[in-house]
Amino acid sequence: MEGSAALRTAHKRIELEHAVVRFAGDSGDGMQLTGSQFTLATALAGNDLSTFPDFPAEIRAPAGTTYGVSAFQIHFGAREIKTSGDELDVLVAMNPAALKVNLDEVKPGGLILVDVGAFGDKNVQKAGYEASPLADDSLKAYRVVEIDMSRHTQEAVKPFGLSKKEALRCKNMWALGLVYWMFGRDRSATEAWLKGKFAGREEIADANIAALRAGEAFGETAEMPTGVHTYAVPPAHIDAGLYRNVTGTEAMAWGLLAGMRLAGLEMTFCSYPITPASQLLHALAGLKQFEVTTFQAEDEIAACAAAIGASYAGKVGVTSSSGPGVALKTEAIGLAIATELPLIVVNSQRAGPSTGMPTKTEQSDLYQAVYGRNGDSPLIVLAARSPGDCFEVGIEAVRLATRYMTPVIVLTDGYIVNASQPWRIPDFNDYEPFPAKFATDPEGFHPYTRDAETLARPWAIPGTPGLEHRIGGLEKQDVTGNVSYDPANHQKMTDLRAEKVRHAADDIPEQTVEQGETSGRLAVVGWGSTYGPISRAVHNLRAQGHGVSHIHLRHIWPLPRNLGELLGGFDKVIVPEMNNGQLVTLLRAELMIPAHRVDKVTGKPFKISEIEAAMRAELED
Amino acid sequence: MTVVDTPEKLQAKDYASDQEVRWCPGCGDYAILKAVQRTLADLQAPREKTVFVSGIGCAARFPYYVSTYGFHTIHGRAPALATGVKLANPELDVWVVTGDGDALSIGGNHLLHVLRRNVNLQILLFNNEIYGLTKGQYSPTSHAGTRSPSTPTGSVEAPVNACAFALGSGARFVARSVDTLQKQLPDVLKRAQAYEGASFVEILQNCIVYNDGVFGHFTDKATQADAQVHVVHGEPLIFGKNRDKGLRLNPKTIELEVVTVGEGGVGEDEVLVHDETNLRLAQMLAAMEPPHLPVAMGVIYNDPAPSYETLVHQQRREVREKNGLKDGQLPDINELLRGGYTWTVE
Ligand SMILES: Cc1ncc(C[n+]2csc(CCOP(=O)(O)OP(=O)(O)O)c2C)c(N)n1
Ligand code: SF4
Ligand SMILES: [Mg+2]
Repeated sequence: MEGSAALRTAHKRIELEHAVVRFAGDSGDGMQLTGSQFTLATALAGNDLSTFPDFPAEIRAPAGTTYGVSAFQIHFGAREIKTSGDELDVLVAMNPAALKVNLDEVKPGGLILVDVGAFGDKNVQKAGYEASPLADDSLKAYRVVEIDMSRHTQEAVKPFGLSKKEALRCKNMWALGLVYWMFGRDRSATEAWLKGKFAGREEIADANIAALRAGEAFGETAEMPTGVHTYAVPPAHIDAGLYRNVTGTEAMAWGLLAGMRLAGLEMTFCSYPITPASQLLHALAGLKQFEVTTFQAEDEIAACAAAIGASYAGKVGVTSSSGPGVALKTEAIGLAIATELPLIVVNSQRAGPSTGMPTKTEQSDLYQAVYGRNGDSPLIVLAARSPGDCFEVGIEAVRLATRYMTPVIVLTDGYIVNASQPWRIPDFNDYEPFPAKFATDPEGFHPYTRDAETLARPWAIPGTPGLEHRIGGLEKQDVTGNVSYDPANHQKMTDLRAEKVRHAADDIPEQTVEQGETSGRLAVVGWGSTYGPISRAVHNLRAQGHGVSHIHLRHIWPLPRNLGELLGGFDKVIVPEMNNGQLVTLLRAELMIPAHRVDKVTGKPFKISEIEAAMRAELED
Repeated sequence: MTVVDTPEKLQAKDYASDQEVRWCPGCGDYAILKAVQRTLADLQAPREKTVFVSGIGCAARFPYYVSTYGFHTIHGRAPALATGVKLANPELDVWVVTGDGDALSIGGNHLLHVLRRNVNLQILLFNNEIYGLTKGQYSPTSHAGTRSPSTPTGSVEAPVNACAFALGSGARFVARSVDTLQKQLPDVLKRAQAYEGASFVEILQNCIVYNDGVFGHFTDKATQADAQVHVVHGEPLIFGKNRDKGLRLNPKTIELEVVTVGEGGVGEDEVLVHDETNLRLAQMLAAMEPPHLPVAMGVIYNDPAPSYETLVHQQRREVREKNGLKDGQLPDINELLRGGYTWTVE
């Protein structure tokens, strides 16, 4: 390393406000680890950032195929970063398939670093190329740097006596080292992480560290082709505080646990594995020291039923799935509505219908959440906007479910649950507790009396002497809870169930405006993970002097009580969403406003430019 | 406290709710309700700690008629919902009441899993070999040829044997009884309640409206003694009006056969002795059917193992101990949020 100091100073780093880098390779190439290490180093360097892990659908797709490509994208900058980035500034392609799959995303003139060591005829063919794209002029719109990373890695790790296969496994660290050099990142956190990860297998740890350093040194010493520079992305202005990276899954697990603590209750978490919801089950199963029991049920119906049983017995039943699994839970959710028990259903949405595209993101279960049950069966629906927001939404779900004795559906999506984001860690002591109350007094007890304020019925749990009672899915008589087919009673109970949920609107914050004025020419209304792109797009148009506002909903049902009035103050309203127009229909029906739809269902998040274009079209119209 | 509170002994009628029972007059469910209420009185079951959970069907109306806690859920899902109740509060004594359609058709999957998990529940399957509530369609336990509104020319399906299904699912307590066996039924129910795991009890129940007399060939007073064997742990498998019939293993066919003790040189020592813990024997007993073999009644299998919720909560305790948490101490949420890499922005 000595001697390279001179070279280092010889480079003048080009300052960038933000950059988008994507690491792409075979599933076995360790791209997710590489990406998360780059994320960590970038966060430690003080940038704001957003990530997008893009997993292949197949568990172990044949090596070298396009469907086995795994990628990790990170967008980081000296300003607030709201999305994982529209276009790639840098693509690291560890094989031909990774190049083929991701080339579309690279911006014209963007940089592509390829491992030519992996561009042998066989790999080129497996990727579906007739001939190597490096040999013709198909890449002439980009700056392509060909490096034999495979060979360099093998040389770097030679002293550690690894097999060829093991040696090549260090290739991702070599590539990471090169990118660290390019952006001037500190590799010490990654080295510490490698030592921890391979504790007890020192030669592997050392080899990976050697590869990382070799990649970095290569950048410093090699004659890079013209046009390849080093960059500096200065720290962003970020609110002071303690930070960490968090995925939506982690934040949801912690938010639910925090909610339990605030309610003074335990959670019984019941789930059946499904992409991309399984990680929440995994996360909570590993936190048994907290107030949680986890249950992997035989199917989603059983998971939901067990959660309801747990709520009946005095815990908070939580069940989690993705669209197809939530469909199976539907009948049981109706039971929780009829028996007025707390229940939380977390739906990590994915592209549908049917099995759809399990690893691709979408927001197309809004109708399912709000309307998708037999009978008039209202419940509360919340949506998280970002990984960190899952913490707040998890708490809010526990609060509303226990206070109103009702199921709450929480919508996240494949993007939010997998993506990680730097998160300013809140102080748990700042949260107001909302202790739940069980009924205990047999005097005048009936299972279907109602709290004057919330309209919730009493939570009378088995084990309480004198409160023995029977409930079920058959229509109840008001107050007594006895089975009733009385026409007037059914009308009354239907009204009460609807009124109770509508009532919750008095207990949720009024809708605020994220950016812009509270009235004007155009409001962009979003929900869930479109937050990032809408926020940036609105920011950009405002910077150009357009009077546009961003409004983002957390409470989907009931809608915030002032929403109608707020949206009425705008000439136009558009609703970008990753479905075929669901929230927009709800808003038009509920608020009678002529909102316009802006839809996208490609399995990929919105690009900022797409939302900008939609806004411009409205403004020019 | 010096005053010793001697609560009044609860009678069977104290386990009746204030709701009018609405089964068809003459339905076998009445007799089962009576037997259960007697059992609860015999056990002096605390009403506040007892929960009846049911699915949907005539049988599943049961919880409304018992003065304990009760949850009438949705079709087929009672075992799953009851699993949640037990996980949430293992102290509760939970009974599941289900029908043959509820348990073996729409809820077959849940029954399988609740049994193999050994969740501490008493599962009472009222088998009337018909869908009562939906007005008489054939069910998964109906014998082939059953004529019903949906099978006017007779069903062509092979039925499932409920006790054999339970054993195949890994149930460790399996018993059978009949609605009319008012003496035996409470004893079987008490054994089931004492077993700390999933206890499965098939109760043959006469649906007087849609399947009247379907069990008559072995439950009628006239045929009963010769067509039923009441199995008792440690006692020979002997039955018959004259108590001279016995069950013997035919080593050539590996099947049970009926012998008459004292006939053809057959001694009582050749008759098998019931061993509740013997799974192979239990499987053979559960499968027996007339006309060649009697129907086994009583506790067919009982081989205890730790219950699911016991193991789950034991693991939780172990994890808490490993984390150095004392009884009742809650781990720090702020610490959870701050675990792993953190950095400070000034
Ligand atoms: C999801 C659903 N499907 C169908 C029904 C209609 N249904 C109610 S009870 C029943 C069958 C009940 O048969 P069984 O379990 O044998 O009970 P029995 O009435 O004979 O006691 C059916 C099909 C229902 N209530 N819910
Ligand atoms: S239909 Fe049959 S099972 Fe149902 S209540 Fe009437 S007699 Fe009993
Ligand atoms: Mg039946």
